Amino acid sequence: MLKTQNNKAWFLVLPVLLLVGFSAILPLMTVVNYAFNDTFGNNAFFWVGLEWFRDVIRSERMHDALQRQLIFSAIILAIEIPLGIAIALTLPKRGVWASLTLVLLALPLLIPWNVVGTIWQLFTRIDIGLLGSTLAALGVDFNLGRDAIDAWATLIVMDVWHWTSLVTLLCYAGLQSIPEAYYQAGRIDQASRWAVFRYIELPKMQGVLLIAVLLRFMDSFMIYTEPFVVTGGGPGSTTTFLSVDLVKMAIGQFDLGPAAAFSLMYFLVILLISWVFYTVMTNLDQEKEEVPE
Amino acid sequence: MAKITLSNLAHTYFPYPRGEQDYALKTIDLTWDDGGAYALLGASGCGKSTLLNLISGLRRPSQGRILFGDGDVTDAPTAERNIAQVFQFPVVYDTMTVRENLAFPLRNRGMKKDYIQSRVDQVAQMIGMEDTLSRKARGLTADAKQKISLGRGMVREDVNAILFDEPLTVIDPHLKWELRTQLKKLHQDFGHTMIYVTHDQTEALTFADKVVVMHDGRIVQVGTPEELFERPAHTFVGYFIGSPGMNLLDAVIDSDVARIGEHKVPLGGTFGPLTGRTQIGIRPEHVTVSRTGGLPATILRVDDVGRHRILRAEVAGAPVAVVLPEGAELPADSCRLIFQPEKIGVFADDWRMAPEHPKDRSGS
Repeated sequence: MLKTQNNKAWFLVLPVLLLVGFSAILPLMTVVNYAFNDTFGNNAFFWVGLEWFRDVIRSERMHDALQRQLIFSAIILAIEIPLGIAIALTLPKRGVWASLTLVLLALPLLIPWNVVGTIWQLFTRIDIGLLGSTLAALGVDFNLGRDAIDAWATLIVMDVWHWTSLVTLLCYAGLQSIPEAYYQAGRIDQASRWAVFRYIELPKMQGVLLIAVLLRFMDSFMIYTEPFVVTGGGPGSTTTFLSVDLVKMAIGQFDLGPAAAFSLMYFLVILLISWVFYTVMTNLDQEKEEVPE
Repeated sequence: MAKITLSNLAHTYFPYPRGEQDYALKTIDLTWDDGGAYALLGASGCGKSTLLNLISGLRRPSQGRILFGDGDVTDAPTAERNIAQVFQFPVVYDTMTVRENLAFPLRNRGMKKDYIQSRVDQVAQMIGMEDTLSRKARGLTADAKQKISLGRGMVREDVNAILFDEPLTVIDPHLKWELRTQLKKLHQDFGHTMIYVTHDQTEALTFADKVVVMHDGRIVQVGTPEELFERPAHTFVGYFIGSPGMNLLDAVIDSDVARIGEHKVPLGGTFGPLTGRTQIGIRPEHVTVSRTGGLPATILRVDDVGRHRILRAEVAGAPVAVVLPEGAELPADSCRLIFQPEKIGVFADDWRMAPEHPKDRSGS
């Protein structure tokens, strides 16, 4: 082996390291610092070990928020993924209409979170909102400030409106990459519409679906702005999701220690669940293969 | 299985064709005999895939009828035609095992379970994949996948025809030969009608009993490999088939001689007056180098292709290739070439002309 050892290339990585260090690692370390210390200001810190973590893990408030968050993300995934796939399947494959529908679909994705929240906050108002007043006129007792179910329904419908397009666009891209020959083979083999979906389209969409599930899970699990604008976490604390609670704790009550511990655990939970999704979805095929015929 | 008849068939991709030039497939009348092995040969874009898709029903013809046996299937959907097609790129159902892949067409037709089981085993044996039946199709090599799609076509016993759309494009060269041999054997053993689309003359000539040569949306000749070689009906067949292809030289045809410039080439028959662009064609195998008589030629180079050497020369500004016999010696830079008169084809506007009187051999 006449290979020249040259480690100079490491210097080329340095700028990235610095950038990541300042933008990600250092801020995270500040949070870590707060999570393990108590402070009374003046930059004086007292080591408390795992006390904040213990507090947060034991707090009922955190349990409730986590439970709400899990239910919310589960509902979001259960609606948006199938709906996104269904819409992608009905879209025209080419032509003027294809471009037009894609642009229309992409519109909600371009609207900032807080604007989406404001739109739906206004839309559902009983006095001036189109949806709210229509429902009131139809005799439906709709009030998201008072009724927890109304509040949840509003948030879910809003999120579906805002983000299903993302799933659709990803699936559409996956569908477009299927060569025409597969559909022709399906027709020759007399495959039903369902069989074509199950054995041709779904397998080819697996990659993009994994991305869609991960993105939608992470985003819905971290949702903050929309519930903050629309319901403010209410009525009561029925729509207080993890991040809403976290902000209340950190900025509202200024409990920086528990909030920091909370943030770290929040981050780890997202990481863990994403990892589970990833592993399960990438291993779906391999597991089946081991089953003997 | 059935005879396939194409009657007055034509296809255009334009909704309002302005004339013949808009037709991807010009009017065709053709019959494919039951159990025949056919090759559809032509350059890319000549309409052969279009023709295949019309037969399989993936496209509806703009004009004409398609008959399977006596039944008109022009308007029948693909599923009802009972044909199988093997595509250029292997199409397998990735998430299924090989067994499930082979069983799929039968399952969709609601066959009984034990029949499917035994039939799949049979087909797996035909294509030599008994050992991989329980493997996932996803991880298999391209040639194994292509065998699966072939097997999926053969699994239905009542299949009318198996269509191949350049099936060996993505297969490694050393496996191409093996698969082609296997195909040929499957055809001999089971007698399915097979239509094989390719732009590779070797594939076409080794696979098929009859080769249909297409050029520019038209069928220019249907014949056995030997006929295509000996008597090409069109200049395209002449230079497309053979390696190197037929030499074509512009010539004035005057009864039983062709004039190239001031030189005369004797022909194998007498021809009446011809109109249009007239050419003579001669295979490189039928040209001999001579020191004394014949057409004067400038030698450009000699290619050694292993089995023999090919002389590249120029006659009256037109390139001429000559297959040299073993050990032949060549003069330095010019020589004379003799064309075997009875092997010379005469073409008017690219189509082969039959002589009015074949030459009386005994007299000469």
